[in-house]
Order: sequence, then C-alpha cells, then structure tokens
Amino acid sequence: MTDPSLPSSKVAQYTQKKATRELQEWLIQAVLFLAGFSCVATTIAIMYILISESVFFFQQISIWEFLTSTDWSPLFDPPGYGILPLVSGTLTTTLVALFVAVPMGTIAAIYLSEFASAKLREVVKPILELLAGIPTVVYGYFALLFVTPALQWLYAPMGPFLSGRFPDLFPVELSGFNMLGPGIVMGLMITPLISSISEDAMRAVPIGLREGSYAMGATRLQTALRVVFPSAISGISAAYILGISRAVGETMIVAIAAGLQPTFTFNPLESAATITAYIVQVSLGDLPYGSIEYQTIFAAGLTLVIVTLVFNIIGYFLSRRFRETY
Amino acid sequence: MAHVEISTDSFQQTQASVSRRQLISGLFNVVGLLVILVATLVLLALVIQLVAQGAPRLNWKFFSSFASSDYNEAGILAPLVGSALVMLVTAAIAVPLGVAAGIYLEEYAPKNWLSALIEINVTNLAGVPSIVYGLLALGFFNQTLKLGESIVTAGLTLALLILPIVIVTTREALRAIPSLLREAAYALGASKWQVIWDHILPYSSGSILTGVIIGLSRAIGETAPLITIGALTFIAFLPPSPVKAEFPFISFEWLQAPFTVMPIQMFNWVSRPEPEFQINAAAAGAVLIFMTLAMNGLAIYLRYRFRKGVKW
Repeated sequence: MTDPSLPSSKVAQYTQKKATRELQEWLIQAVLFLAGFSCVATTIAIMYILISESVFFFQQISIWEFLTSTDWSPLFDPPGYGILPLVSGTLTTTLVALFVAVPMGTIAAIYLSEFASAKLREVVKPILELLAGIPTVVYGYFALLFVTPALQWLYAPMGPFLSGRFPDLFPVELSGFNMLGPGIVMGLMITPLISSISEDAMRAVPIGLREGSYAMGATRLQTALRVVFPSAISGISAAYILGISRAVGETMIVAIAAGLQPTFTFNPLESAATITAYIVQVSLGDLPYGSIEYQTIFAAGLTLVIVTLVFNIIGYFLSRRFRETY
Repeated sequence: MAHVEISTDSFQQTQASVSRRQLISGLFNVVGLLVILVATLVLLALVIQLVAQGAPRLNWKFFSSFASSDYNEAGILAPLVGSALVMLVTAAIAVPLGVAAGIYLEEYAPKNWLSALIEINVTNLAGVPSIVYGLLALGFFNQTLKLGESIVTAGLTLALLILPIVIVTTREALRAIPSLLREAAYALGASKWQVIWDHILPYSSGSILTGVIIGLSRAIGETAPLITIGALTFIAFLPPSPVKAEFPFISFEWLQAPFTVMPIQMFNWVSRPEPEFQINAAAAGAVLIFMTLAMNGLAIYLRYRFRKGVKW
C-alpha cells in the first residue's frame, strides 16, 4: 500500500529500490542454492565415475566370477578377478576393530555420561577428540612398528603350543604383517567416534528417567545399563554403524600394516589385503588409463561404496526403528 | 499410620543387596576410568614413540632438504611446502562453498524434496570412505577435466572431502544464534541477506572457524585420496613461486605443479624396507602429528572460549 502523502516520484524511487533489492536477494539465494547443490553434484559425480568405469570392467569379467571367485590377482598372470579375498580381509579387520571399539567406546560413553564429574569430562573429551584427529598414516606407523611387535612378543611364548594343537588356525610365529595389529589400532581410532556419539545420545535422555530409577533404589550402574542405555539405543546403534562404516573404509592403517596380499581368510593372525588397501597398492604403480587393471580399482571402489551405503541405510533404519521421543 | 514390622533378616538381606550393587557400580567406575586411561596412554605412546624414534632427524637440515635416496640427506621441504599449498587451495574452495551451503540449508531451504535430497547427500558424503574421493579425483579431475596430478586436483579433492564437516558446523553455528537477533534486524527493515551477512554471520564466525580448522586438520593428514591421483613421493624441487617480481606480481602456475604432501612422504618412508627410513618416517610423523594436534587444540580452545564468552 502506498502512502498517499508521498509524492509519486518518491514512490517510484522506492519501488525501484525494492525491485533491485528483491533481484539481489534472489540472486544471492540462487548462488547459495548452487553451493548446497554441489553436494548432490559430488554424489552424482562419484557414482558416475565408479559405475562408468566398472561397466567397462564388467564387460570383460562376468559379475558371477567377480562375486564368487576366491582368487584376486589382477596384476598376475593368469589374472583372477574374484573380490571375495578383499571382502574377507575387510570384514576381518573390521571385526577386530569392533571387538576393541564397541566395548571401549560404550564403556567410555557410559562413564562420561553417567559417572564422570563435569570437570573430568571437560578434560577427557578433548583428549578423545585429539585421538580422533590423528592422521591415519600415523596410526599405520603405530600399528606396524609398535602394536605388531608388541603382539609378536606376546604371541611368541604360546605360538609353538597353539600351532601344535591347531596347526590350521595358529602360525608358529606371528608375521610382521597381520590383520590383528591394524585391526586393534583401527579399533582405537574409532573408539572416540563411538564414544562421542553414544555419549551425546545418552545425555539426551531426560533426567527424570534417571531420577525415577534412583527413586526405585537402583545404583548408578543399574540406572545406566537398564534405563539410560535402552533409552538411548537409537543413537548408540547409529554410533556402532558409523564405526563399522568408518572401519570398512579405513585405508592407510591396513595398507601399511596388514600386508598387501589378497588371501581368502578370516583368520586375523594372517596377512591379507582389504578393498581399500588394494586400491592404494594399484595406485602406487603406474597403470595405463583404460586398462583392465586400472578399471579393477573402480570396481573395487564401487563394491566399497555399496557396502558402506548398506551399513548407512541399516543405521538409518535402526535409529528410526528404536527412536524414542521425549 | 500402620506400623510395618521389618524383620532383622530381611533388613540384613536388603542391606547386603544394596552394598553389593553399590560395589559393582563402584567397580564400573574404576573400569570406566581405566578405559579413559588406556585411550590417553595410547595418545601418549603414539606421540612419544614418534618423537623418540624420530629425534635424531628432527633438526634444521631435515626441514630444509629435499627427498633423497640417502636417508641421512632426505628431508621434508617439498612435502611441507606442498601441504601448505594444497591446504590453501582446499580452504579457498571448501570455506566459501561449505559456508554458503550451510547458510542455504539452515536459512533458506524450503521444506521440500529437493532440500531433503541435499540434506541426505550431506550426511551420506560424510560417510563415504576417503579413498572413494581419490577415485573421483582420478577419474574425474584427472582424466575428464585434465587437471593432471597437480596441486589444484589435490586441493579440490580434499575440499570435497571436508565439505560435509564445514557444512554441518556452519549449520550448528547458525542454529545457535537466537531468533531474537533475526527478528530485531527484520523489524528495522533489513532484507534476509542483510540479516545474515551483517548480524548472523559475524556472531557465528567463531564457531564456523572452529569447524573449518577441524576440517583442515583432517585434510592435512589425509593420505589415501592423494595416493590414487598419483601424488609423487620423490620431488626435489619446489612449485613455482606464487609471487613474481614483474607485473602482475601474482602467478598461478603453482596450481598446476606436481607435488607431494607430508602424509604421503611419511607413507613412502614407512613402506621402505630399510630400517633407517623408519626413523625418517617417525620424524615426519612427529611433525605431522604436531601440526594436526596443534590445529585440533586450537579448535578446541576456540570453541571453549566462544562458549564461555557468549551469553545470550
């Protein structure tokens, strides 16, 4: 509505000003939208690259062979193109990591959320954050030159005995490259991730639930395990799933410390390669663009993305399924 | 009120149950402390191991020499400069893009399927393994866009990698600003962008900065995505200088230069069979870990300060 007391030239000026301002606002919004859309573009680019290169690969290698053969040796003659050895290596290191990270992360989260004083939490949380911020290549060094030698030292006295009893399962000596060492280090690496997300979930549980539990005579631990933990299970399960997906995609630790031989085994005492480590190994060499060896890393990458995507979707539905609203 | 008789027997039973449960709870307290202690010890062991192992190499010569096949001569000048330049490109791309995307999602995005799609993508990208970004860089930046194995390719790749971190922290920072501020600015006739640019962004810049630092500290330690694009490990020269003596004084030639970065140099030394190179690796690791710990520490300190200083 225009004010009748204003001269018409003034009105025209204001209308003009308003129009330029609206145009400006619209342009800014368009630019901001494009920035937001860049994430979608990245996803599309990733999927396009992985699928288009993998299509060339699967034109020469049947999907059946890729999914069922237990021989992965694309760089040798005769080549083998079965992804299973890489998948078994990935699963084994991930399982070892989870055996470390799930108990440690959960206990740390329960402790920080239910037991620790505010002061202690202020000190401990930054330490955990720093632990999460260490470059993975440094963790790889740590796994190869600190944890593995320590494991070898621990294993040495019992190695001969165990391998005498179960020669198929236990080697006489622990090799310098095995999946146990990097798995444990990977577990230490994802512990802060699991503990921080779980702790957030537990601290979001309303205090009234705790007070109710205390009023019934429960101790702190009973309250934590039977009231807070179940109430926060959606966030905690999401933390576990994120941890899994992180472990599956972890590259440098396994590339450095697990050895780079694709072996179809689930024994953490043996050396093996993971999907990610294989991609690193191939990238270190000089592969001609467009060769089948070059395309194997995209097929492996596609497998990796699908595996992590499946875990992310499971995590999404788990957290939806168990979501409690307060 | 009726008086209930409690037998001494059941009273003792209850007392025993309480003290038993209290004991278990107390034990858990100890277990929790132990776990925290283990985590702290790991951090300490890692730092000590690197510094102790690398100590003989941590001198000026190490910082000022190029790579060499002689472990005594080898240094980290090229990867140090490389890391700095790659970070420059990464920050120049990730900060404006991430902050803009964060502003869009938090302040502008209408509630429709497109906004939901963008949000799902941000969450999803945060979970994509870093090496997959390397494959994107190899297939797209390197082969399709023909950017080569250069600093700009590396910077772009790492920028995309840390984009979700920057977006998420920007959104959190914007969300923390009370709507009172917005309403006051709107009441004075400010447009939406004026509200954001003049009022919301200045107040949230501290928290955004924290997120940017954490993102960059992640990028500086990232190895895998740069290996796939073929970052060289043996570089005995520096990229062309960005500053020139003659007009126009600034040159962007360095963007296209081949490069190496700290984590790749360390990886290269770790994977050498000679044990002497492990000392170099430890020294490089000590420098790298010092950089990331310093960045993370700065971010934690900044966050602590901002949280303390702001009272709405």
